[in-house]
Amino acid sequence: MQEMLRRYGYGLTFIMSLLVAFWLLAMVVVPNIILLEFSFRPYLPMVDVGGPKDVYSFNNYLTFFTSPIHIEVFFKTVIYSSLVTGICLIITYPLAYILSKVVKPTDAATIFLMLLVPLWVSEILRSFAWFIILGNTGPLNALLLYVGLIEKPVRWIVNYQGVIFGLVYAYILFMLFPIYNAISALDTNQIEASKDLGAGTIRTHWRVVIPHSKPGIASGCVMVFMLSAGSVIVPSTLASTNSRWFTEVIQQWMFEGLDWQVGSAYAFLLLVLCIMFVSIVMRVLNVRLVDIAK
Amino acid sequence: MSEDVQLSQVCMDFGNFRAVNKVDVTIKAGEFFSFLGPSGCGKTTILRLISGFMDPTEGAVKIGGVDMRGIRPNNRPTALIFQNLALFPLMPVWENISFGLEVRGASKEQRRAKAEELLQLVDLHDSADKRISQLSGGQKQRVAIARALAVEPKVMLLDEPLSALDLKLRQHMRAELRAIQKRTGVTFIYITHDQGEALAMSDRVGVMSQGVLQQVAVPNEIYNNPVNGFVASFVGENNVFEGTVTDEKAGKAKFETAFGTFGARLGPNINKKSSARLYVRPEFCELKATAGKDNSIPVKVSEIAFEGNFINVFCEDAKGLTRMVQMQNDPSSPPPKPGTKSHLVFDSARAVVLAETGVDRKA
Repeated sequence: MQEMLRRYGYGLTFIMSLLVAFWLLAMVVVPNIILLEFSFRPYLPMVDVGGPKDVYSFNNYLTFFTSPIHIEVFFKTVIYSSLVTGICLIITYPLAYILSKVVKPTDAATIFLMLLVPLWVSEILRSFAWFIILGNTGPLNALLLYVGLIEKPVRWIVNYQGVIFGLVYAYILFMLFPIYNAISALDTNQIEASKDLGAGTIRTHWRVVIPHSKPGIASGCVMVFMLSAGSVIVPSTLASTNSRWFTEVIQQWMFEGLDWQVGSAYAFLLLVLCIMFVSIVMRVLNVRLVDIAK
Repeated sequence: MSEDVQLSQVCMDFGNFRAVNKVDVTIKAGEFFSFLGPSGCGKTTILRLISGFMDPTEGAVKIGGVDMRGIRPNNRPTALIFQNLALFPLMPVWENISFGLEVRGASKEQRRAKAEELLQLVDLHDSADKRISQLSGGQKQRVAIARALAVEPKVMLLDEPLSALDLKLRQHMRAELRAIQKRTGVTFIYITHDQGEALAMSDRVGVMSQGVLQQVAVPNEIYNNPVNGFVASFVGENNVFEGTVTDEKAGKAKFETAFGTFGARLGPNINKKSSARLYVRPEFCELKATAGKDNSIPVKVSEIAFEGNFINVFCEDAKGLTRMVQMQNDPSSPPPKPGTKSHLVFDSARAVVLAETGVDRKA
């Protein structure tokens, strides 16, 4: 704050602080408080709102804990979001390492541009593109049949498979960039020192590169998990008959059931879940919140 | 315990740029050898060739007689100390030191014991559990040395590891490095652009310029009998005179310059026609009130730099060029005052005419 005052003076610092405060309050804090308040109120006909029946209770939350199907969907969302996070990590870590330490910086810039271009297309379209790609008569099956890897078309969009494909594709860059940044900041001499002391590739990564890039890995995992668990478009576009995502349940409560009160309670449960996930990741990787924020 | 390192006709190209050109030298087992040269002369490339981070475009690197081509750094009997040390900041001191043993599958007790032992060797007691960030520059240096020694290398490679230290510590660490080398008997190959470091520590020095090894010799030979103009001007100070050799006889030359004809020793590879320069060190020059018979030019004292044990007197010659005379500090005879007219005189046996091989530039 002192630094900002010195650099920008009182006027500009005041305006910037005000805008940030407005953004936080109006777009984060207030809507959440409204939802939180909603989540404790009953769903009543208009005439009863504000009347004697409109009292705070935990009934909306109990609705969740007494619906085994919703609990199952909740845990499936957790499990499959974790799986998506894991797949993204496994794919991006080697890629991030190669981009930051092996490829020439100019080539890396080109590759990044190529990776970013698809992001310019809306998420709905990209999910729908995967729906086509993974279709029974889609390009993927056509290719695999042509190459001879499969003999008859594979049904890709069964269970959560389609959703996983879609989520990995949609959020993989949120894993790549933090890890790339973390590895780029590692002094190449450290990698060489490790090799010079006799360490092979795996040990060098395990003892030198991964410990250094932990904040990036944590940050990427948190991002991908939260985006996956909170995604609506991908799970509904690439859904199979038996894949349901917790966000879809919330959506149904709010927009099909018009029961915003229960929907709010469900939304808060998802929020609590995400906070728990962040805490667990931080604990497991032994990083602090400021490391992730970087 | 240690092995020799043989570089035979080693060339290294980066695209069209030849960083190392036909370097041919054998570094003896147990020797402290320095590659000395300005930045960009190819000395670091040589180190990377020996440590295995790259293989030469032409020629061979042999350690203990074995051709190292294709052998990766983790399988070479070398240990490299990086310029920035490259200690692992996330590991405590002892894990840093024993990292090489961890790779070799030593147990935790063995590793810890070895780390403690090496910490004793480098004079760093009670630091095993410290974090790297808690150490001072000199202590980090020692940890880096201990970490390299832990793998019991046959050849130790050092890439200007002292350059980040302050003067006092640097001088102290020079002696320390030399002592560690003597104690362990490992072949040390040291890279530096600091002539003082190279001359003070090494058994032999190889002076490099533009990828070419200019001269390999013991330190006093490098200083007293440089083979060419580059070596003469890179190592130590010199008063340089341009001119031509007019007469040569039994290693002695008559050298004609704009200031008159001087007598001097004749350096290697010089004939009458070749362009050459005369080099004479400031400590071999004297200031005299009257002109000498030979090898004397009139000068005017312009500046005095009192360095403590010696004094540098900067003078201006008739052409306005700066000449330097170095005299011992003597409390009974103060140095001349600026503005004094005087004569710079030198002994022809102490001056040498050298070919201008290489480039005259300092790092």
